[in-house]
Amino acid sequence: MVTTTIQTLSQEAKSDNILSFDPAEVVLEARALTVSYGSKVAIEGINFQVPRNKVVALIGPSGTGKSTLIRCFNRMNELIPGARVRGNVLFSGNDIYTPATDPTEVRFRIGMVFQRPNPFPKNIYENVAFGLRINGFKGDLDEVVEKSLIRAALWDEVKDRLKDSGLSLSGGQQQRLCLARALAVDPEVVLMDEPASSLDPISTARIEDLIGELSAQVTIVIVTHNMQQAARVADYAAVLMAGEERIGRLIEYGTNDQVFGAPKDPRTEAYVTGRIG
Amino acid sequence: MILLSGLVENSIFNSLDALKDRDLELSRRVIADDERTDKKRFDIENVCFEMLRRESPMATDLRRIIAILLISSELERIGDYAKGIAKISLRMGSQPPLKDLVDIPRMAELAVGMLKRSLEAFLERDPATVLKLATSLSQEDDMVDELNERVRLDLLDLMKEDPGNIERGTYLLWAAHNIERIADRATNIAERALFQATGRVMELGGPTQALPKGA
Repeated sequence: MVTTTIQTLSQEAKSDNILSFDPAEVVLEARALTVSYGSKVAIEGINFQVPRNKVVALIGPSGTGKSTLIRCFNRMNELIPGARVRGNVLFSGNDIYTPATDPTEVRFRIGMVFQRPNPFPKNIYENVAFGLRINGFKGDLDEVVEKSLIRAALWDEVKDRLKDSGLSLSGGQQQRLCLARALAVDPEVVLMDEPASSLDPISTARIEDLIGELSAQVTIVIVTHNMQQAARVADYAAVLMAGEERIGRLIEYGTNDQVFGAPKDPRTEAYVTGRIG
Repeated sequence: MILLSGLVENSIFNSLDALKDRDLELSRRVIADDERTDKKRFDIENVCFEMLRRESPMATDLRRIIAILLISSELERIGDYAKGIAKISLRMGSQPPLKDLVDIPRMAELAVGMLKRSLEAFLERDPATVLKLATSLSQEDDMVDELNERVRLDLLDLMKEDPGNIERGTYLLWAAHNIERIADRATNIAERALFQATGRVMELGGPTQALPKGA
C-alpha cells in the first residue's frame, strides 16, 4: 500500500516579511497573541509591533481576524462572551492583560472608533465631555471640548449648536463626533475599525484627511477593507490571511510602498491585486 | 507593446538601409510610417489610463502599467530618431556618402541589439535575469558611446581637410547622434523593466548593480 504524505504549506510568515522596530519607537506590541471564541481559534501566534505616531493599517480578506486583533489592543474582546486571549499585548512596554491593569484606564489611553457611528443619546457637548466627567476631570471642560471638536474637524459645523443632540448630526458628522469623544481624554493610540465604511465619499475623504493630521500626535491603527484607502492613509500595512482551517495569521507587515508596490508574500500580491479576497 | 516595438525596429532598419543605399523613396516611407508609431503609442496610453481609472491596480499590476506607459514613450522617441535619420537621407539627396559607413552601421547593429534585449527584459519576470540583461545593456551603451566619439573625430578630420565635406559631415554626425540616442533609450527601457520586476527605481551604470534586498 502506498502511503501519501500530504504536506501542508506553512502558514507562518517568513520573519523578514514582518517589520520590527527599535523598542523605543514601539507603542503597542502583540507577542504570540492567540484569540479564541469558545473552541474556535480566530487568530494565532501574532507577533506585531506598532510604532509611535504612525498610521498602521490592518488589511486582509473577510474573516481573517483583523477586528479580533484590533480589539485586543484595548481589551474590547473580553466584552465578548467566550473570548479567550493568550499571549501578551504590551502598551509602552507594559502588559495590559495583567490582573492589576484596569481595562477602563486602558480604553481611555487607547481609544476606539467603530464602523457604525455610535454617539451617546446626549447633546454634542456632553458626548465629548462624558469621558472627562467620569474620569473626574477638574480643568476647563469648555476648552477641552472645543479643542477636541477642532481636532476632529467638527467645531466649525457645531459650535453654534452644542446643545443639539448628537444623533441629529449626519453620519459623517456623528463619526467625527465619536472621534472627538475619543480624543477628548487625550489618548496615545486611537483604534479605528473600518471607520468610513458606512460613510459617503466626501465624509470618507474628511476622515482620511483627519487621520493624516492626527497621526502627528496620536498613533493610529485602522482596519479597512478598502485597499486604496489603506494605500492613501497608512505608513505601514499588516496583512492577515487565513488558511483552510480559518485561523488568521500575520503573513506580511511592511511599509506602504512595499506592501502595495512590491509585496514579498505571493498571498499579499494576490490579495492587493484583487485576485483573492 | 510588441507591435509598437516591431514598428520601431522596422523604422530603424529601413532608415539605415536608406542612408547607406541612398534610397530616398525608402526614407520617405520611414517618415510616413512614423504616424503609425505615434498612433500606436497613444492607443497604448489610452488603454493604460482606462485600466488605472477602472481597476485601481496595485503591486505588479501597477508596476506593469507604469512600465508600459514609460516604455511606450521611449519607443515612440526611438521611432522619432529613425525618422530623423530618414530626414537626413532626404537632405543628403543623391550626394555620394562622405566615406564608407563602417562605424555608423556598427553602432546601429549594437543599438538595435540593445533595443531587442531591453524588450526581452520587459517581458521577463525574474528580477535576477532582468538585472543581468539590464547590466549588459549598460556596458554595450558605453561601447556605442565610444563608437560615436570615434565617428565624431573621423568626421571632424574630414571636414577640416576639405570644407566641401562640411555639409555631408554634419548630416552624418546627426545620424550617429540619433543612433547613440537610440542606445540611450534602450538603456532607459531596461531601467523601466527593472522597476517592473523589482519595484525599485535604479539607474544603470551606477557604482554597484545589486538588487535591493528582498527583490
